[in-house]
Amino acid sequence: MADKKQLRIATRNSGFIDPESLESYLAVGGYQALGKCLTEMKPADVIETIKASGLRGRGGAGFPTGVKWGFAAKYQGERKYVVCNADEGDPGAFMDRAVLEGDPHSVLEAMAIGGYAIGGNNGTIYIRAEYPLAIKRLKMAIEQAKAAGVLGDNILGTNFSFDIELKYGAGAFVCGEETALINSMEGNRGEPYTKPPFPAESGYWNMPTIVNNVETLANIPAIIMKGADWHSSIGTETSKGTKVFCIVGKINNVGLIEVPMGITLKEVIDEIGGGVADGKAFKAVQTGGPSGGALTYKDLDVAIDYESLMKCQSMMGSGGMIVMDEDDCMVSVAKFFLDFTMDESCGKCTPCRIGSRRLYELLDKITLGQGTMEDLEKLRSLSVNIKDTALCGLGQTMPNPVLSTMRVFEDEYRSHVVDKKCPAGVCAELLEFVVVPEKCVGCTLCAKVCPVNCISGKAKEVHIIDQAACIKCGACLDKCKFDAIIKQ
Amino acid sequence: MTKISSMAELQKKRQELQAAAEQAKSGKVIVNVSLATCGIASGGKEVMEAMKEAVQAQGLTNVEFMQSGCMTYCYAEPTVEVTLPGKEPVVFGYIKPEKAKVLVEKYIKNGELVDGVLPVNYERVVF
Repeated sequence: MADKKQLRIATRNSGFIDPESLESYLAVGGYQALGKCLTEMKPADVIETIKASGLRGRGGAGFPTGVKWGFAAKYQGERKYVVCNADEGDPGAFMDRAVLEGDPHSVLEAMAIGGYAIGGNNGTIYIRAEYPLAIKRLKMAIEQAKAAGVLGDNILGTNFSFDIELKYGAGAFVCGEETALINSMEGNRGEPYTKPPFPAESGYWNMPTIVNNVETLANIPAIIMKGADWHSSIGTETSKGTKVFCIVGKINNVGLIEVPMGITLKEVIDEIGGGVADGKAFKAVQTGGPSGGALTYKDLDVAIDYESLMKCQSMMGSGGMIVMDEDDCMVSVAKFFLDFTMDESCGKCTPCRIGSRRLYELLDKITLGQGTMEDLEKLRSLSVNIKDTALCGLGQTMPNPVLSTMRVFEDEYRSHVVDKKCPAGVCAELLEFVVVPEKCVGCTLCAKVCPVNCISGKAKEVHIIDQAACIKCGACLDKCKFDAIIKQ
Repeated sequence: MTKISSMAELQKKRQELQAAAEQAKSGKVIVNVSLATCGIASGGKEVMEAMKEAVQAQGLTNVEFMQSGCMTYCYAEPTVEVTLPGKEPVVFGYIKPEKAKVLVEKYIKNGELVDGVLPVNYERVVF
């Protein structure tokens, strides 16, 4: 690898410092940004810097962070809250956990900076209880920082005080949505509510509240220290800075990466990810988890930023990238994600609660080979309807896996419906295992391994699979040493 | 830690800590084991123990151990970063306890590289 494709801002310290030692963080410039804000900058300057840096929410939706802070600063309140959203729940995404476990102080420092900027003294980290190590390290960090006077009362001898507490989530996906998160923190059911009022005006306990994602916050100290111009010089016109992704699935170098916005999908897959595993052909990558969509082999040259992903019916999401190869069926993939969102729908609004089930049923029908062309039309129109009418981000983005796979892989959907075939060979109901007579030597191994005894034939003669009895387990295919059994 | 009560004190503290870290690096071997949830799950703690034992068995006295968070190389866990005095850090992947012993005997003791070196393909922001 000739030049370095990655740039680590949010993950700058993870893997380099001891996350359980405040000294280790101070040695790499920890709390200098907070000190700089408190001693050299007015709250309005801090907000201007974040605005000018172009930083946008890394939780997925990409709302400009400085603008959000600006709103909260404007509204009056007895108290104001800075909430860190650490309710990471996308399948295959773990970047927030990595930051919290590897560099917890950077998040605390950024929250205090946020508090100073909006005029608030209270911070809350909403974290899922499934992250015990992150919780332990955060607790340690809060105690250490308070003892050292970089958090708590009169930080660094100034008259600014800021305290942080933890709130634990039970792991409901919808609680990553900011209004549902606030409900959950208040002890209510984790259900979203209609905006406006936005949390910046009336959020946690009806006070002005900013909710920022872990990764967003981790960028803040670097922006304060290096300046808005430095940050806005990285990335594309509309999306500045870097994004952390977890590349998982069928890729050689499974891992956490942080890349400048605008990098192409090809660079991510081939150069950083080391290519698709087992020499298979790249088919698609699911970005944004269940709320996102598939970028495909046709999108390899797409420069990754918020807008270009939206154009592909996907979204940035929190940063999961699930790589899929030629053996993955896109209808099944869409069904998998719908199964997830169907389960995680809170049930408050009808489009999401019933819509997700209907979408799932249609997809299920197609994978069973019972779909019709009319069903494809229904899938499309229902998806568009749900997007337009659901209450919160979960419902509005839930049809993305369907729409984005239909965008490029409509042929694959048609094969399932018209030819009753699954081109990738995944949907069991549409598969046939057959013996190639020219290759079969009659070794009888397949017949012995078949769990339902549906393979017949004498030794040294061509064997036959009884299609009506076959359960499509694939055991014969794996066992045959002569490539005489094929899946079609 | 005693309370830091001004920006000047914070800066001073940083310089002291930085100097101490530099000092340690110039005379000691620093072994940094990635111990986030994932590193621990793949056996990072056992690797750390194995290396400590091997260091003792070899009679090495200038080795300092530290833990850190995610080193981002999920595919190659457990991962260990070794910094020999005055040299650039090297990250080794796929370190199981058996290999940890070899790493101590070869690289830490004699500066002889072993396989599993992971490429550093990023730039890191420092300030």
